[in-house]
Amino acid sequence: MMAPFFKYGMFGDETSLVVAFLIGIGFGFFLERAGFGSARKLVSQFYLNDLAVFKVMFTAIVTAMLGVTYLGWIGWLDLSLVYLVPTYLMPQIVGGLILGVGFVVGGYCPGTSVAATATGRIDGLVYVVGIFAGMFAFAEMYPLVKGFYLSGAGVAMTIPGTFDVPYGVVVFAVVLMAVGGFYGAGLLEKKFATAAGE
Amino acid sequence: MTTTSAEGLGVPMEAAHAAPRSRPQAYMNPYLAGIGLGLVLLASFVLVGRGLGASGAFNSVIAWGVHAVAPEHAKSNEFMAGYLGDGSQSPLKSWLLFEVIGVFAGAMFSGLLAGRAKVMTEKGPRVSVRTRLAMAFAGGVLMAFGAAFARGCTSGQALTGGALLNLGSWAFMMMVFAGAYAVANFLRWEWR
Repeated sequence: MMAPFFKYGMFGDETSLVVAFLIGIGFGFFLERAGFGSARKLVSQFYLNDLAVFKVMFTAIVTAMLGVTYLGWIGWLDLSLVYLVPTYLMPQIVGGLILGVGFVVGGYCPGTSVAATATGRIDGLVYVVGIFAGMFAFAEMYPLVKGFYLSGAGVAMTIPGTFDVPYGVVVFAVVLMAVGGFYGAGLLEKKFATAAGE
Repeated sequence: MTTTSAEGLGVPMEAAHAAPRSRPQAYMNPYLAGIGLGLVLLASFVLVGRGLGASGAFNSVIAWGVHAVAPEHAKSNEFMAGYLGDGSQSPLKSWLLFEVIGVFAGAMFSGLLAGRAKVMTEKGPRVSVRTRLAMAFAGGVLMAFGAAFARGCTSGQALTGGALLNLGSWAFMMMVFAGAYAVANFLRWEWR
């Protein structure tokens, strides 16, 4: 048995779209279960009285990271065949800042706005319309921003590869960081719980 | 768990108790939900060799829409052309778009199951619906630019790239939190 199954030709393009739909169902289900179809729940992260966004995100990252790491070690998953988004550091840093601002202004990110729309949130739907408008505007402006958009290495870079640290060490560090973060998140929630109460 | 239940906007607790059918369930424990989300992400890596995403699906729809209205214009735009491919198949036949349609279905299923699906506008107590919707639109526009520059959003970059120890994804993730915390205090009127 060798994964990724699709890359080893165990199913074709058409089937991969069915798989995409099924994976999306799981993704949407857990987003909504966590409360991420609600803008007020999401932005609570930035007012520090409910750090569910951080907790869910980092638990998911650690779970999937440990999964690919162990599956790679026992030889069931060829990690080099898993797609890595190429690194363009400066555009990604600036993009992250803009996206962070957009998160608090609008109350969602793209995935959660879909979950919000699916559960009847009108602001989620308007946010989705905003994404479409913004994507269209970006595409139209592309010739103007192309220089900056393409600045950077343009090859996939990983933390272990870039800093020449063994993969397992980085994995361990991320786990430690997450556990420390979860502990800190609990403390922050206690501190800000009363301040934010109505 | 705080005041984020769907009935949080001015409905007295007694009324909520009087109508148990409309009372939404509490959200799942964040660590359990995170493990669930992480396993879905892992399944995606194992099955298809790629992670989750969202913003790319929006680009495919835009490229398709512009191409339908003004084909030459879409093809001459380098950014949209990337999503149109070689023209041998519709840009709507995109992995991410099918995944996002699944997100819609999965979230709706979960929301209905928990009694949380409800037509309403999420906002703080001090802001009008009209202003909140204008802000939602503005946030969507900002998000689109951010995700375009970053080549992904919270799903495709932070979650997926985070789990794969992608350098750009981790830089991106730190910046998302930095950007959000930097402006949160100035936007308190919208949420608190």
